[in-house]
Amino acid sequence: MNESIVWLTIFVLSVFVGIEVISKVSSTLHTPLMSGANAIHGIILLGAILVTGTTDSNLALVVGLIAIVLATVNMVGGFVVTDRMLQMFTRKKPKKVSTGSTGEGSAEGKAA
Amino acid sequence: MPTWVQLVYLACAVCFILALKGLSGPKTARSGNILGAIAAVVACVVPFIYLRDDLKHIPLILVAIAIGTVGGVLGAQKVQMTQMPQMVALFNGVGGGAAALVALLELEHMGSSTPWFDLAATAFTIVVGSVSFSGSMVTFAKLQELITGRPIVFPGLPIAFGGGLIASLVLSVLLVNDPTVLVGVVLALLGLGLGLLLVLPVGGADVPIVISLLNAFTGLTVAAGGYVLANTVLLVAGTLVGASGTFLTLLMASAMGRSVANILFGALKGGSTLGAGEASDRPVKSAGPEDVAILLGYADRVIIVPGYGLAVAQAQHTLRELVDVLIDRGAKVDYAIHPVAGRMPGHMNVLLAEAQVPYEQLIEMDEINGDFKHTDVVLVVGANDVVNPAAKTSPGAPIYGMPILNADEAQQIVFMKRSMRPGFAGIENELLFDPKTTLLFGDAKDSLGKLLAAVKSL
Repeated sequence: MNESIVWLTIFVLSVFVGIEVISKVSSTLHTPLMSGANAIHGIILLGAILVTGTTDSNLALVVGLIAIVLATVNMVGGFVVTDRMLQMFTRKKPKKVSTGSTGEGSAEGKAA
Repeated sequence: MPTWVQLVYLACAVCFILALKGLSGPKTARSGNILGAIAAVVACVVPFIYLRDDLKHIPLILVAIAIGTVGGVLGAQKVQMTQMPQMVALFNGVGGGAAALVALLELEHMGSSTPWFDLAATAFTIVVGSVSFSGSMVTFAKLQELITGRPIVFPGLPIAFGGGLIASLVLSVLLVNDPTVLVGVVLALLGLGLGLLLVLPVGGADVPIVISLLNAFTGLTVAAGGYVLANTVLLVAGTLVGASGTFLTLLMASAMGRSVANILFGALKGGSTLGAGEASDRPVKSAGPEDVAILLGYADRVIIVPGYGLAVAQAQHTLRELVDVLIDRGAKVDYAIHPVAGRMPGHMNVLLAEAQVPYEQLIEMDEINGDFKHTDVVLVVGANDVVNPAAKTSPGAPIYGMPILNADEAQQIVFMKRSMRPGFAGIENELLFDPKTTLLFGDAKDSLGKLLAAVKSL
């Protein structure tokens, strides 16, 4: 089989998988899902490392290092921010508070 | 590439699929995200092992990674939940920029013997990555209110955009025939310009959909970059994000009753006439916290419609206390969550979850819309467009066709507003002038505090 066809096959199958795995997402999770997917494409960091590590020119090295910084921000920041969002969904449901003062206490440090 | 490396990449690709799958369910979302993060880190460590003798500049690369990590973690930790959408836009933009730079660097190693398809993929990565970068920066500026959230249109914009598109196609063909870095740089600049022209005309309320679309763009860019570098994990991960991002964009657009083309190019046609965007001087009925407290305190059925303004005022906690008091007084109280409440779909759920509002009190639009006509009081806090009847009644309005919460069917409607300024979409809300409507002016947190005290003393 032609090598390009192999790549094309991987691409087409990935398209279907990509649509299929998120087809049942509820609108509640749209924001974290977008943010998580956003972090996943930070994997371009791998590409940035490969091109930067194999270059001989100084200019290319500088450009490559910039690409690495940008890609790392995308990847690391993306995963951390998604986790922060999801933390709030998975936290245990608090017992219903009956007085205002208790509510005040549990809210500490949240607003900032 | 050694076989074990390819196997590790395959495993990483599978992990990304499972991560996306996990992210689409509430129980598995967090572990899905962590799985994705682990796979990403593993995939990036691999070249340091199998290429350890060939990889140059390793100390510099590690420094760059460290800088990026610190920047990313700081940004992600410090951002407030209300500013989440622009943070996602920013992260997405830098990813697109990185992909374009990687493709530019790859161009250096290419010559006339390179297969045309590789060169076409390189051109695609450069252009679309640049579009994603500059487009995301504009969305960031719009959401951060560094520039106006209203559509920015100037005469000749469609021509400039069309011209840029044609020029980038021509240059791509040129690049395929004669790959030089110079043409690549020009393509990148064109892409940056196209990104600006694409996003400037989009109105503030539609920006979240654009973020999602640009996210998909970056995914496809990374996929094309993966093809150029002959790297399966980049190809699979990029394609997954590209496909799911496109699908998610369509889901979001349909939640707003709009088509993606209409969102992107609606303002260009000049057909969607936005309102004046200024305060109106028509008479409204306003009341003090004590009057509203009586309305709420003796109601049996109350529905809260929270909006972005609630979060901006950091009033979620006070609101939750008020609701708790009302429930103690025997009322049935729920929150009606519009799919696009906040700045992104699902954003409001995140903000209320942060204030520890029990999940079961958050009712989605389709489930609660039938309840409004049996509701005594609807309390609208910092929301506007999601209850604007213009979406149903005036075909000229930019939000026409968007499904809304039927707050207008309730017995009484109380709006908590800072001013008469229109909502994010920039159009006036007829519901404000309805005889059933009472307005409570003031900062949401301040007003809710007074309201809470007044209800308690009833």
